[in-house]
Amino acid sequence: MRIFIRAWRQKNAEAEGKMVTYALDGVSEHMSFLEMLDVLNEQLTFEGEDPIAFDSDCREGICGMCGIVINGLAHGPEVTTTCQLHMRSFKDGDHIDIEPWRAKAFPVIKDLVVDRGAFDRIIQAGGYISAPTGSAPEANAAPVAKHDADDAFSAATCIACGACVAACPNGSAMLFTAAKVTHLGLLPQGQPERDSRVINMVAQHDAEGFGGCTNIGECTASCPKGIPLSTIARLNRDLLGALSRGEA
Amino acid sequence: MKVSLSRTWRVSKGLAYREPVVTLPALKRARRSTVVLKYTMAVSGLIMVGYLLLHMYGNLKVFAGQDGFDEYAHHLRTFGEPMLPHEGLLWIVRVVLLAAVVLHVYSAVRLAVRDRKAAGYKNGTRYHSKQNRRGVQRSYATFTLRWGGLVIALFIVYHLLHLTGNQIHPGGASDSPYERVVNGFEIWWVYLSYVVAMLAVGFHLWHGIWSAFTSLGQNRADTRRGSRLTALAWVLTLVIVVGFLLPPTAIFFFGLGS
Repeated sequence: MRIFIRAWRQKNAEAEGKMVTYALDGVSEHMSFLEMLDVLNEQLTFEGEDPIAFDSDCREGICGMCGIVINGLAHGPEVTTTCQLHMRSFKDGDHIDIEPWRAKAFPVIKDLVVDRGAFDRIIQAGGYISAPTGSAPEANAAPVAKHDADDAFSAATCIACGACVAACPNGSAMLFTAAKVTHLGLLPQGQPERDSRVINMVAQHDAEGFGGCTNIGECTASCPKGIPLSTIARLNRDLLGALSRGEA
Repeated sequence: MKVSLSRTWRVSKGLAYREPVVTLPALKRARRSTVVLKYTMAVSGLIMVGYLLLHMYGNLKVFAGQDGFDEYAHHLRTFGEPMLPHEGLLWIVRVVLLAAVVLHVYSAVRLAVRDRKAAGYKNGTRYHSKQNRRGVQRSYATFTLRWGGLVIALFIVYHLLHLTGNQIHPGGASDSPYERVVNGFEIWWVYLSYVVAMLAVGFHLWHGIWSAFTSLGQNRADTRRGSRLTALAWVLTLVIVVGFLLPPTAIFFFGLGS
């Protein structure tokens, strides 16, 4: 099929960007979105143009690198990562707009590539446990309720792709931060640092320049890992408790 | 590559790598965070919801007739005497309410300004694509919440001038609160502006009640639709909007009090 790609082109962090349209023939519906971009880039290289820079790594939906806003939606029309989106989701003759994640905390480096270092620093602020846990403990020594284990695991599936920020009209990273707070806060290993974790991570979230949460759930609708909205309420609950105890 | 240095961002390795410079300890920053502003919005908002319920109950006294309504209005001023001074309770309510309004608006403005910047708007545009402008699951209520708040604020000023302060009196002035209400709501534009304001209140409450409880950490459901808070928001919104619309509708369409 023949499609038209309208892509955000920006030379570097300092340059002004703009949308540029390219026509692309011979696109198979079985191609993944990134494979389609590879073909487009080959064409651009052949024509002596600068290929479109985009992030990707595993291409199997688990690393969180490939973030593109497709037709105004983070990761495009399906609830999945961009690499797992296929061209069968589009029609012959479609005009497809591709843009980078747009947020103050995610400065564009080039074209579709943004610096998501803000997420790393939120993790550095408290998204870990510092107790040496040694080898795997005896399974029945510290019982964890089934629903806690399930919730912790589903929160831990967050791949930090940043779609929540790109989708949020406030540019808030609350779903990401909340997923990390929930994942450790529900397990015994996470308890000693539970208060300081939520305090430090929320403080870092705001220092990075992310917006506030308005509980509209646009983030969860675009999250490729289906992190539920209740994680944000859990973060709010944890921070309320931590602040009332007043220790960081 | 040249990267601009700013007072608040540390730029290293000569590349686009940068990190924020912070001076306050994390606990202090957490106390001033967006989440705390959301707590403020939630608590002040819920105080106002409580007031709306009381106000609505008072309005429904219109159906008790002129004596019943005027007596209620008078009793509000003498409530708690002699333990409280004349209009003591009213002033307590007014001070609490004013504090709630100020905190609510202050937090809303702080958050709105910050959110707008955080979303990376440039020349009024975030995403250039004209497709899916309305997102995936955002509702009309959440889209218009901030503008709806402005509509409600303007309405409250007019409403206070009309029925509390008696500075403007469409349909004729009167010492009787009952007559002021009836005189006013017999006029089509007074009724219409009231209906519009109540719709704005309804949209504001529908998202606001859910959001307030969620901000305070009370949502335990995975989706908004599956949350009991959504049901609570629906019930409270309908009760308040219908409750407020009953008296003016009875006056305008069914000639109550004329």
